[in-house]
Amino acid sequence: MNRLYQWLDERVSLSGFIEFIKHKEVPKHRHSVWYYFGGVTLFLFIVQVISGILLLFYYRPGADTAFESIKFLMTKVQFGWLIRSIHSWSANLMILAAFIHMFSVYLTKAYRKPREITWITGMLLFFMALAFGFSGYLLPWNELAFFATKVGTDIAGSVPLIGKPMLVLLRGGDNVTGATLSRFFGFHVALFPAIFTVLLGIHLFLVQVQGMSTPLHPKENEKIDSMPFFPNFALRDLLLWLIVLNILAILAVFFPWELGVKADLFAPAPAGISPEWYFLFMFQILKLLPSNILFIEGEVFGVVMFGIAGALWTLVPFLDKKSSRGEKSRFFTYVGIFAIIFIIVFTIVGWLAS
Amino acid sequence: MNHQSPPQDTKRDFLKYALSGGVLAWLTSILYPILAYLNPPKVTGAQVTSVKVGKVEDFEDDSGTIFRFGNQPGILIKTKDGEFKAFSATCTHLDCTVQYRQDMGLIWCACHNGRYDLSGRNIAGPPPRPLEAYSVIIKNDEVLVTKS
Repeated sequence: MNRLYQWLDERVSLSGFIEFIKHKEVPKHRHSVWYYFGGVTLFLFIVQVISGILLLFYYRPGADTAFESIKFLMTKVQFGWLIRSIHSWSANLMILAAFIHMFSVYLTKAYRKPREITWITGMLLFFMALAFGFSGYLLPWNELAFFATKVGTDIAGSVPLIGKPMLVLLRGGDNVTGATLSRFFGFHVALFPAIFTVLLGIHLFLVQVQGMSTPLHPKENEKIDSMPFFPNFALRDLLLWLIVLNILAILAVFFPWELGVKADLFAPAPAGISPEWYFLFMFQILKLLPSNILFIEGEVFGVVMFGIAGALWTLVPFLDKKSSRGEKSRFFTYVGIFAIIFIIVFTIVGWLAS
Repeated sequence: MNHQSPPQDTKRDFLKYALSGGVLAWLTSILYPILAYLNPPKVTGAQVTSVKVGKVEDFEDDSGTIFRFGNQPGILIKTKDGEFKAFSATCTHLDCTVQYRQDMGLIWCACHNGRYDLSGRNIAGPPPRPLEAYSVIIKNDEVLVTKS
């Protein structure tokens, strides 16, 4: 090992990097546990990349071949069912981890100066994760996916001004067809990974360079205890990743992902259809909105409201001036708690209603 | 007072504008084909204006059948009294395909619980507009659906 280090160091001078890593510290306090969730999200993303590439070896995009190729994968390929099940479960767990990571960062106000860019790239990564979920969902070309895509792209189309061109761009035409499948495949395996990698690179680089944020304390000069990243935090991190991997394996094996029925463009939407849980709260709220609010179509109103809420949430480092100054910022804490409760309540209502 | 800028400055300005203009034109020549490429070609096929759905006796009273109208789904209703009605089966809310519910005696959309009466009018739930109505003609015992 030492010889290898010497060989590399003579060529790429590793010593500076090693010195930096040796001194990396992680603060220890009441809320340290939340530090793990960014890493868990990253781990699940890595699982997605690996399982996704494996699926690519057997998946054939196209309205006539997609469903059949996954059927083949799940029935004839050794452990094909497992790879696919892991990919579907890990997608859901990754979004759950991203939610937890986002809300814990929000409530500890880690977005405040100097970490605004980290927050912005983080929010963009979150939206990308949802986009990955939405585009990947269509690829099996089953009934549920077909209608989910119809509804989702229609919602995109309801945005004022840019909606219709966006809808045509996403669908590859006016309707959801094989052309849509081709585009979503291109998005899911090429465009989105490229964008995600760039954003992730910036996000992780900033975290390394700036270190971990600590929660605002009333007593500012109180010294916060810390532990070395190597080996203490790193080993804890790895242990948690192992536990997450085990949970993923248990879910994938005991609750295998179903294939469903092949999409039929001329069949009615099946009763009880509903989106994945991470879209359920929006789905439920849109269901409750009346068909017209004042002179605006209820749908458009809902979509625009969600858009504005998302934009404000993303811009919170610039809106929450108090925490940037190191002061308590109760209002934004309450907004965050409200958002969490709101999402949980409507997710449960949406789940019960289906 | 010298009101004119020296010759070198005007030459420099000209070059700046010419170069910027050239770069802009070059970028446009790259971006335009990419944007045009992303715009999907229009699906040109013979525009379907009428479809033969089947024979009158193929359909039971108080039933609804999804049929192909070009590349869009349509729904053919035969009421309890034996009258035929036809509509586009694309829900006006978010494009899901509707179905006939015999237990409710109306047209229902599974996606968000939208409901239409047997004249296609949106009566409950989020759909903002009625279903597009088609005309039904019975000719030689055959059911023909045409765009109104």
